[in-house]
Amino acid sequence: MKSLGSTRRSFTPWLDKETKPYISFQNVTKKFGDFVAVDNLTLNIYEREFYSLLGPSGCGKTTLLRMLAGFEEPTSGEIFLDGVSLKGVPPHKRPVNMMFQSYALFPHMSVRDNIGFGLKQAGIAKAQITERVDAILKLVKLEEFAKRKPDQLSGGQRQRVALARSVVLRPKLLLLDEPLGALDKKLREETQFELMDLQHELGLTFMIVTHDQEEAMTMSDRIAVMDKGTVIQTGTPAEIYEAPNSRYVADFIGTVNTLEGKVKEKAAGKVKIVGKDGFTIEAATTDQFALNTDDTAWFSIRPEKIKVSRSKPDKQTNAVEGEVWDIGYLGDMTLFNVMLDSGTIMRASVLNAKRTVDDPIGYEDRIWLSFEPDAGIVLER
Amino acid sequence: MNRNWSIFNIVSVVLGFAFLYLPIVLLIVYSFNASKLVTVWGGFSTRWYSEMLSNQGLMDAAWVTFRVGLLSATVATVLGTLAALALVRHTRFRGRTLFTGMVYAPLVMPEVITGLSLLLLFVSVGFERGFWTVSLAHITFSMCFVAVVVQSRLVSYDMSLEEAAQDLGCTPFEAFYKVTLPVILPAVIAGWMLAFTLSLDDLVIASFTSGPGATTLPMKIFSQVRLGVTPEINAVCTVLIGLVATGVIIASLINKRKMVREARIDSKV
Repeated sequence: MKSLGSTRRSFTPWLDKETKPYISFQNVTKKFGDFVAVDNLTLNIYEREFYSLLGPSGCGKTTLLRMLAGFEEPTSGEIFLDGVSLKGVPPHKRPVNMMFQSYALFPHMSVRDNIGFGLKQAGIAKAQITERVDAILKLVKLEEFAKRKPDQLSGGQRQRVALARSVVLRPKLLLLDEPLGALDKKLREETQFELMDLQHELGLTFMIVTHDQEEAMTMSDRIAVMDKGTVIQTGTPAEIYEAPNSRYVADFIGTVNTLEGKVKEKAAGKVKIVGKDGFTIEAATTDQFALNTDDTAWFSIRPEKIKVSRSKPDKQTNAVEGEVWDIGYLGDMTLFNVMLDSGTIMRASVLNAKRTVDDPIGYEDRIWLSFEPDAGIVLER
Repeated sequence: MNRNWSIFNIVSVVLGFAFLYLPIVLLIVYSFNASKLVTVWGGFSTRWYSEMLSNQGLMDAAWVTFRVGLLSATVATVLGTLAALALVRHTRFRGRTLFTGMVYAPLVMPEVITGLSLLLLFVSVGFERGFWTVSLAHITFSMCFVAVVVQSRLVSYDMSLEEAAQDLGCTPFEAFYKVTLPVILPAVIAGWMLAFTLSLDDLVIASFTSGPGATTLPMKIFSQVRLGVTPEINAVCTVLIGLVATGVIIASLINKRKMVREARIDSKV
């Protein structure tokens, strides 16, 4: 069976019509004065899902999270958690915990007191608090820092304390606002996997806000790509990457070549597009393809799906010649920016599967770029 | 550190400190003067201290001042902190600039004007002048000092701390007194101490708003000095200095102990 991406998923509650969503945003709108932060948004999230809200700053993703936590009330529409409306429920009565972007650790309390704060607030017995805090300290590997104050910790340690503090209450839903934003790249990558393990181990539902597409891709079961208060597309990382529904999504996730053209011939499952750059593209389409002849369409293809060759490929379509403009050697792969005769620059990447190459491509070489009809996707908007 | 003190350094330090403390040292020294004449040294004696203690008028004034100070500093701290919270939290309400300006204005208002306007107010509403009017007047003018001190701390305070507390099960009020208040407490205490000292040494406003039976210590001292400085006054002032100095030393000791304790935890790990 053919599937998008190179991984197979066993956790797909959103495909099952029977499964009830755990969190449900129904026609939620939030306005701040005249500014519409969230615009008539409907969204379903399922239990035990790792869900990411991805988008540029100001797209409304943090507002969405804050509405779930109870710090903002929707202007209109309703949010349901496990079938119960959250309308008018104050933050301290919601079975939801949030990890703040600034971590929001209490500076006057030790690590232990910070983590135990919520338990104490819930009126749990002292001995039990100690036990649970000890367990979570072990989980986040901070046992020997229990007595320290937050200002005596490094950024990564603070992040762990914030995480421990929000999961120790075993919330039904954990909200994470840019949880890794303040960490450096290497620590961020390590922590991504730790977060995934933790989510799996505790069996929680995670909802995370991020502007880092790599972070969202690595960790999420599903991603919602947002722009200007609306969700443009929801899907698994592979769906978002391989089958974006718009130029916005294609462009936001990873690198992409987008070629503009006009629809020429339309047949079942395929279409011919005459590109602005003077070459004809033959592309596979899905059943939902709705464009007609002479409509403007965009063909979008990822760099790694383009074949690079010195000689002209046999096919008449899906091949174009250009001059090597820039070369970026990354170690695991090499990037080629190729300028077509029309002046458009296309990017192709080649995996360096071998250590040595007989006839390496250099600057200003003329090379051919070619691709299969189903290597890219035709976008209507 | 450079341990070689040049002559220039020594001279400037001595002159500087002399400028600051010579008058106070003189005052303390002359409070132990046996002679009745303030400027003539007649040998060491503590008689003015016992005389001060038996001077009922002075003692009454000191007691009034202390009570006014405690009451007005406490109320001013509560009101000032609330004002600061409102100003920092609600950054977008209409007329905020005007409101902020109105909070700050009494800081630069001449005391005579504050005192006179309060007097007019009390007279027009028929408020009998005495302990309560002085206290009210002191609350009025020291509240803005507290607001300024607390507000400067709140500006750098991360409001998400309070949200985090609510998220962890606190009502908004609990979040305030379990998280926000402890964090801004040093500023609140500083505000209280400022208000207390302002009340202790205020002469002008107290003179306008006080009535019979509520003479504060500065008023008493001022009226006595008009009849000539007595060593008794020196003794009172010395006691005041002693009290203030003790307070400052205790505060810094507490602070230092806390730092030492934190450093110890630091080195242990």
